[in-house]
Amino acid sequence: MRAISANKVSEIVKGLCIKANLVLRSDVLNALKAACLREKNTRAKRLLRLIIKNADIARDKKIAICQDTGMPVVFVEIGQDVRVSGDFKKAINRGVEAGYRKASLRNSIISDPLSRGSPKYSPVIIHTDIVRGSKIKITVLPKGFGCENKSALKMFLPTAKIGDIKNFIIDVAEKSGPDACPPYIVGVGIGGTADYAGLLAKKALLRKIERKGLIPKGTVPVFERELLSEINKLNIGPMGLGGKTTALGVNIETYPTHIAGLPVAVNISCHALRSATATL
Amino acid sequence: MKKIKTPLDKTQIRNLNAGDEVLLNGTVYTARDQAHKRLVETINKRQKLPFELKGAIVYYCGPTVTPKGKIIGSCGPTTASRMDSFTPILLKAGLLAMIGKGMRSMEVVAAIKKHKAVYFLTLAGCGALLNKFVKNAKIVVYKDLGSEAILKLEVKDFPLIVGVDSNGRSVYG
Repeated sequence: MRAISANKVSEIVKGLCIKANLVLRSDVLNALKAACLREKNTRAKRLLRLIIKNADIARDKKIAICQDTGMPVVFVEIGQDVRVSGDFKKAINRGVEAGYRKASLRNSIISDPLSRGSPKYSPVIIHTDIVRGSKIKITVLPKGFGCENKSALKMFLPTAKIGDIKNFIIDVAEKSGPDACPPYIVGVGIGGTADYAGLLAKKALLRKIERKGLIPKGTVPVFERELLSEINKLNIGPMGLGGKTTALGVNIETYPTHIAGLPVAVNISCHALRSATATL
Repeated sequence: MKKIKTPLDKTQIRNLNAGDEVLLNGTVYTARDQAHKRLVETINKRQKLPFELKGAIVYYCGPTVTPKGKIIGSCGPTTASRMDSFTPILLKAGLLAMIGKGMRSMEVVAAIKKHKAVYFLTLAGCGALLNKFVKNAKIVVYKDLGSEAILKLEVKDFPLIVGVDSNGRSVYG
């Protein structure tokens, strides 16, 4: 069986944390640029230009794109024919800590949600999945909490109309309003259980924002496109000051569910949707 | 574009209207959730505040760790509404202006109008860009809170948009 050392895992995670926080994902940057070209509202257009400039400065001067360097969410796909020698979980946390220290990122994690206390760099959130093969794929998503706070879950009846689901998703975007750094990327999880729908909604944010005109066929892509167009009619715009750029993308992930239910979770991302992936 | 300088006075503030774009020069104090909680506890206990709140500007910001050789790290605004329950008390105690992002509650808007204060927005999610407008940063108090400590910042031409003006008018309508 193939073996990977825990130190190697730490080293990779460290690099991913730095990359994710300093270099804006290219699909996000491209979506911002395309939106800036399309935007008619003068102030919105100018704000979009500044958001793009912010990403350039972050990359060139090695300053975090946003001061909220998030609660790091680490997705790990482990091949069934590979093992990690050493403490895998510790290796991930150690890698995050090393990366965050190296790039002077913010320590935003408090060890007790009720008694709070001084912030630290870890522990992070780790989601694991077992896959075929002998590789390990690691993705780091530093999730800011301005937008995380706008997350929502609704357990629909199995007989619910698609229109009701649509209204719920649009409503979450509308309630996020100017607070959570629009333009948003809306992650949606449909199906599974309450917890799994939440995970799907977050995973949906990892998928690239589709380019206009290159959208694949099928029920879900059509639903995504409809939602995006509806959300962009809300006139929230960059910083909530108006314009047709309220969301850059709507990504939906689905999973089989129970005959008695239809869970729908929404995870909002700010315009600084950051993630980085490596396979080892 | 309008320029304003600290210390702010009521006349300067009266001339600002919701939606105006302004450049700020002078001193601001960072404070977010836990710092607000402590400031309000201090006021309630009638103890001395760690900085002069009368006429001050508070910036809802918790910057990243300052990189070596730099003045400050990424330093954009955090969501203002989380401070809403504390804000009327601080305004009553003399706070004159706030900088953040997003909406404010009805109570905060009413308190802004009552005390002839102002709420500014700044570039949300642009902490790397805002970095260059900060010319000095010094820790004042609550070091144990890490990035939530209160810092005294000197800013030059810091870009703002009037979110809620002294007449209680909001840019969000």
